[in-house]
Amino acid sequence: MSGIPHDHYEPKSKGAKWIESRLPIIGLLYDTLMIPTPKNLNWMWIWGIVLTFCLALQIVTGIILVMHYTPHVDLAFASVEHIMRNVNGGAMIRYLHMNGASLFFFAVYIHIFRGLYYGSYKAPREITWIVGMIIYLLMMATGFMGYVLPWGQMSFWGATVITGLFGAIPFVGEALQTFLLGGPAVDNATLNRFFSLHYLLPFVIAALVVIHIWAFHTTGNNNPTGVDVRRGSKEEAKKDTLPFWPYFVIKDLFALSLILVIFFAVVGFMPNYLGHPDNYIEANALATPAHIVPEWYFLPFYAILRAFTSEVWVVIFASWITGGIIDAKFFGVLAMFAAIIVMALVPWLDTSRVRSGRYRPMFKWWFALLIVDFIALMWLGAMPAEEPYATFSLIASAYWFGYFLIILPILGVIEKPTTPPATIEEDFEAHYGKPAEPAE
Amino acid sequence: MLKKLSIIALAALSLTAGGAFAAGGAGHIHDTKFSFEGPFGTFDQNQLQRGLQVYTEICSACHGLRYVPLRTLADEGGPHLPEDQVRAYAAQFDIYDEELEDDRPRKVTDFFPMSGIAEAPDLSLMAKARAGFHGPYGTGINQLFKGMGGPEYIVSLLDGYTGEEKEEAGTTFYENTAFPGGWISMAPPLYGEDVEYADGHSNSLHHEAEDVAAFLMWAAEPKMMARKQAGFVGVFFLSLLTVLLYLTNKKLWAPVKGKKLNL
Repeated sequence: MSGIPHDHYEPKSKGAKWIESRLPIIGLLYDTLMIPTPKNLNWMWIWGIVLTFCLALQIVTGIILVMHYTPHVDLAFASVEHIMRNVNGGAMIRYLHMNGASLFFFAVYIHIFRGLYYGSYKAPREITWIVGMIIYLLMMATGFMGYVLPWGQMSFWGATVITGLFGAIPFVGEALQTFLLGGPAVDNATLNRFFSLHYLLPFVIAALVVIHIWAFHTTGNNNPTGVDVRRGSKEEAKKDTLPFWPYFVIKDLFALSLILVIFFAVVGFMPNYLGHPDNYIEANALATPAHIVPEWYFLPFYAILRAFTSEVWVVIFASWITGGIIDAKFFGVLAMFAAIIVMALVPWLDTSRVRSGRYRPMFKWWFALLIVDFIALMWLGAMPAEEPYATFSLIASAYWFGYFLIILPILGVIEKPTTPPATIEEDFEAHYGKPAEPAE
Repeated sequence: MLKKLSIIALAALSLTAGGAFAAGGAGHIHDTKFSFEGPFGTFDQNQLQRGLQVYTEICSACHGLRYVPLRTLADEGGPHLPEDQVRAYAAQFDIYDEELEDDRPRKVTDFFPMSGIAEAPDLSLMAKARAGFHGPYGTGINQLFKGMGGPEYIVSLLDGYTGEEKEEAGTTFYENTAFPGGWISMAPPLYGEDVEYADGHSNSLHHEAEDVAAFLMWAAEPKMMARKQAGFVGVFFLSLLTVLLYLTNKKLWAPVKGKKLNL
């Protein structure tokens, strides 16, 4: 196995030797836990642990909820109320699951933007990045289907709107939508398949998380300087790294614990704040809510979806050149998926030789603007589809695409980056001075 | 560090904004003080009992509470009625029993009756199904600290009648300042002095509205007190753990960072 040179596990006892010669599982766990990790990682590198925790939390609370939930249109809403009122600790478990989804997405967005700033997507970590993007897509699918399960008004109408997106695909759209829904409209068949997939996908995500970790354990972690760990010898590597256990495990657990304090305050004191009141009304196919708003974590992409109306010139042009096959609705759907695809393709769109944004004076500003843009899109996604929000949405969407498709490729050519430190050790010692004693 | 903090702060701000803007409403909702607002807020047991009285004598003529089990009236975090009173209360509503093939009085293990008329929505979750006062200036800060404000909506609705009426397609609509659209088909249910409270509390329109709104908040969120307690336990022990992990982390990294520790 390639990777940063370090000490491997040597079985000492007879029993350990017996196991290791048949299944090298202790060695695998040892190597995973003791992986050399760049010692200059900052606090933006704690979100991976938070995300792993979120996945575990969602799976554990989810499995308990399934024991009491009934996936049927006549019973689903009542079974959730049964969980809230009659199941021991049920209200707490459900609120943990509900808000756990929000923490999950909050963490994943910071994790993604961390990667975008420090260039974690660049060679040789493209596969880590792509796998991460697939995980993110599956998270969105899982989150969306999970929101349908309580069978409230927003569940039903959210499902209707989002599955309607597939109906916008020319020629096959309607058939595809019917296939996805299991019928002409959102109904019992839809609820059942969403329930099934909502249970399945988290385990697919868990498997992909293993691959995600495997990939970056092969390439080594990125770090705030973007400078590679020296791999010439074990001694050299040791100057740049510390073993994951105990240094980063304890650091990450401290950060996780602090985040959980806030999380428990939200769950305990304001569990419905991030939800929508309409979802406490049972689904009714005959009464459309005044505003259909997705969960907060979908809002940026929802804003992009709605930004491209039939008055926008690119939409008019696309419609004209394709003879009307691409209408405004389909264009919006394409734009929404494209917004995620351009992000997945960023390893090949960013032309800069310097990995970390820390040493890219122009990039910093464009990146800051991207964060502002993302938050603006989130706000616009919650606004009604009218002026001035429509124009703002269009500008914000244009910047999203512009950042990935125009700014990043050009910046790499015209920007003059500053010089990163030669080694991670140098960066670390610039912050903290030389260690008092050599680290074990 | 400051940069990262500002990123987190911005993200957090965007979260709160999302929640606030998602909860749009057309009617005017005024802020009402309730004992159960905020992390330290608790239900006022006497108020819940008065609210139950208003609900039983007025609202239940049309509305139901189909998801609320009658036994929960005895719960400590709720109206906390003595068990014999709960039994007597339950027995005043009949229910069709499939085994007996006949009606029988409800037992404490049954639920509140459903709405009597189709037009009257069930009230079990009404206090969570409506957003209330989301000020100041639509920022949602009020909701952040005091909850989504469904009870405020209920109070505003109950005392929001202007007295104006109009008839459309054979249905009478009543003008209401809190109801989205301004016209509601429910006739004013409360006028003040509609019920006689045993504890001598004021039975003015506003007080009755507050009491029944508080009761409906309990009906919608019966485990609120337990939830807040769990929140405190979680926050307390996790804070403790955080401090311990902080100190552990500091000590662990000190030699690497070339620092001396005075622990």
